[in-house]
Amino acid sequence: MQKQNVVIRFCGDSGDGMQLTGNLFSSLSAILGNEISTLPDFPAEIRAPQGTLGGVSGFQINLGQGVYTPGDKADVIVAMNAAALKVCVQNKLFHEHAVIIVDTDTFTPADLQKALYKTDNPFTELNIPETVQIVPVPLTMLTKESLKDSGLDNKSVLKSRNMFALGVVCWLFSRPIDKAVHFLESKFAKKPALIAPNVKVLTDGFNYGNNTALNIHTIQVEVADHLEHGTYTSIAGNKATALGLIAAAHKCGKRLFLGSYPITPATDIMHELAGRKDMNVMVVQAEDEIAGVCTAIGASFAGDLACTSTSGPGLSLKSEAVGLAVMAELPLVVIDVQRGGPSTGLPTKTEQTDLLQAVYGRNGECPAVVIAASTSANCFHFAYEACRIALENMTPVILMTDTYLANGTGLWRMPHLADLPDIHPQGVPQDLKGHYSVSARDEHSVRYWAIPGMEGFEHRNIGLERDAVTGTISTNPENHEKMVLARQAKIDQIVNRIPDLQVQGNIDSDTLLIGWGSTEGHLHAAANALHCALAHFNYINPLPKNTAEVISRYRKVVVCELNNGQFATLLRSKVSGVNFLQYNEIMGQPFAVERICIAVKNIN
Amino acid sequence: MDAAQYKSDQYVRFCPGCGDHAILASLTKAMAQIGIPTHQTVVISGIGCSSRMPHYLNTYGFNTIHGRGGAIATGVKTSHPELTVWQMSGDGDCLAIGGNHFIHEIRRNVDLNICLFNNRIYGLTKGQYSPTSPKGFVSKSSPFGTVERPFIPAELVLGARGTFFARTLDVDMPTTVDCMVQANLHKGASVIECLVNCVIFNNGTHSWIADRETRAERTIILHHGKKMIFGANRDKGLKLDYSTVIPHLVVTTADDPEVLVHDAHTQDSTLHRMLALMGQERITDVNSQLTDSPIHQLPIALGVIRDVEEETYNDAVNRQINEVRSQAKVTTFDQLLDTLEHWEM
Repeated sequence: MQKQNVVIRFCGDSGDGMQLTGNLFSSLSAILGNEISTLPDFPAEIRAPQGTLGGVSGFQINLGQGVYTPGDKADVIVAMNAAALKVCVQNKLFHEHAVIIVDTDTFTPADLQKALYKTDNPFTELNIPETVQIVPVPLTMLTKESLKDSGLDNKSVLKSRNMFALGVVCWLFSRPIDKAVHFLESKFAKKPALIAPNVKVLTDGFNYGNNTALNIHTIQVEVADHLEHGTYTSIAGNKATALGLIAAAHKCGKRLFLGSYPITPATDIMHELAGRKDMNVMVVQAEDEIAGVCTAIGASFAGDLACTSTSGPGLSLKSEAVGLAVMAELPLVVIDVQRGGPSTGLPTKTEQTDLLQAVYGRNGECPAVVIAASTSANCFHFAYEACRIALENMTPVILMTDTYLANGTGLWRMPHLADLPDIHPQGVPQDLKGHYSVSARDEHSVRYWAIPGMEGFEHRNIGLERDAVTGTISTNPENHEKMVLARQAKIDQIVNRIPDLQVQGNIDSDTLLIGWGSTEGHLHAAANALHCALAHFNYINPLPKNTAEVISRYRKVVVCELNNGQFATLLRSKVSGVNFLQYNEIMGQPFAVERICIAVKNIN
Repeated sequence: MDAAQYKSDQYVRFCPGCGDHAILASLTKAMAQIGIPTHQTVVISGIGCSSRMPHYLNTYGFNTIHGRGGAIATGVKTSHPELTVWQMSGDGDCLAIGGNHFIHEIRRNVDLNICLFNNRIYGLTKGQYSPTSPKGFVSKSSPFGTVERPFIPAELVLGARGTFFARTLDVDMPTTVDCMVQANLHKGASVIECLVNCVIFNNGTHSWIADRETRAERTIILHHGKKMIFGANRDKGLKLDYSTVIPHLVVTTADDPEVLVHDAHTQDSTLHRMLALMGQERITDVNSQLTDSPIHQLPIALGVIRDVEEETYNDAVNRQINEVRSQAKVTTFDQLLDTLEHWEM
């Protein structure tokens, strides 16, 4: 069976190793030339009670050619237990012609009870359509058989079931397992005793598919042939973000400083950077979110490229300090990996609900730059871009990503540092020595940056209002207004330092979809299906300068967001004479392309 | 170096008679004695009367937001350990809104010189009780007297495993200058509790020890390696009384052979804590006045009470980075990408 792209979902108990299995399979597919997009979907609990519906962990991968999203629904499901199967059915996670591989050893009466089945016939009870092909595999028994001479204890043997499943799936998709073996060797480099057993189970799984009469056709997926030639890797958004920050620091010769506090789903950025002391990265794990941003402001004051990473609740806590950086006109990169909110909300789920908080959520007239990444891979580019804008314009830049981008992976064409755009951090002319003022600005309204240690540039920076000329405390009414406008003018001129908005898809259609941030893949696929145009925004504040001109070309304009209409609200305040229609989902999940298409057709 | 070189051209706006004037004078004197040039000195503050201090100094300065001076100073010193960093804070800024940053900068032992101006009142917001106001204290926000137990700053510092604690009086400039110089010599988080008078909202809060007539009897200035002697006639000393299960400090005569010699450098903080807590029960409750019971004859300890060596956070962070870098096989960004699983397409 030849397919352009296929969606596969691994699901099982939190302890079944589904994230590892999914990651291995997606990397394997990427190496073989497929485009990939992945969606990890796991519970907030570290270990929910085993075998329960709440403990089901999933990992979905879309692979092939022309892959923009992790896929609405799966073509192939691997269900490691009865609970996982039930969750897949209840949430309609697969197509009507899907193939579902189930571990038949995990349907004992006790298993069924834990997963809240009412009868002892789960398949009938779930009312799975007959068009779906159920492939029963006694995974547990086969894994035990495979490892019976390994000397491993029973618990370790059972933990290897995921490798048997991976072996079967590798056979199904004709993936040579020697590449997977290579991954396992690096994965278990620190536990070499586990390499051989895992490789054996994987191989036995592959051979089981190959040798036995598994009654399914193998699937051939198209290799992506339109990709730009280059060196590729598969990368998660958080890792790409961390690398973007490192690249910017190395490019401009400043030391990278991260002040941060652990928060889901942003913490991987800190993990990644804490391990990169070889790249001269300094990480302070602060005592709280406020200290995270404040240590970064301190490092920025002292001349570093300073960043803080967080999620929505943390952004709330940091807002006063971000205001300080606005007022003190210091470069600062704030990364907001959005999750479902408000309050603690849905920590492991995705949403775009922090947009207006990022743009407006500070006391006083307090403009900051807001940009958003739109794929896991371009988190690199926009993290780099956030640093560039911050350092060149002496301003905080808030970079918006979200759970979906942060944990999902995509193909990334790796750059060389030399090929990245130059970054010119703001400095200070030497002739200001002896009479430097914090308020002194260049022709772009950007204040000059003198840093401690420079003789003759001693100065006092403040969060209080300061005089437009001398830089000292001022409560003068006219001066305050002048300074408010100066800070706004500085942000406004950045419009000349960012690219124009591009329209994708059928630009001649009378319908324009609008999105921002992580929904680009879904909206791109929807625009293709609807034969309409798409304007996708990465620059939120300021908006690209051709924004109004582009939008006013279209008769029907639908702003699609994973919130209750925040970007639409922003656009209404910035672009007049347009009837902005809205399509919103706030379910903690990425869009489904099909749902967007139906909604856009019906909305008028 | 001359103290005047550390003064900025800004008009000093502390109230006439405010203890902060004296602290400012002591600070510029101490900075001159220390001799670090103005461009290598950074003064960070939060919000409050004390936090105006950076404006009056000709160094690098950053008057930030309420309570966060400690975290910002941590960022400055950790990222640029070559700078000498001071933090100016008050009992509200440091112990209330900034309490978390305060205990953590001490716990980490960031090499900062922290001046905690303790006037036991919120001055800039015009007269509310603070975390060091005594229980029962009447203020605008406690018209019937506070019902709260106050902090004793020394206890908080030692509880956070502080490596340096000194206490001084605004009016005692020589001791203040000495404490500041010692704080700067100390590698780590040095806390100087400056007992300052708020002439407007809490006038005389420290007068029972600050007044000239009684100061010598009610305070003892501790010096490392010196006998613990005090009194107008230097006729009193401190010793430990072992008659109780837990020994306690008592006043004795100066010629008593058991008079203790101050050891600020000993790691064990037991005696430091006892010294720092002397007389503190008198300032934690408005109803506890001076009495004649022996324990109440104990003086308030001034000077450097604790000064011990531990690796600083900024040194440890930078040492670790340097160690990793000196052994790193990967040092450039392109090399870093090479370590990722990658392939040609």
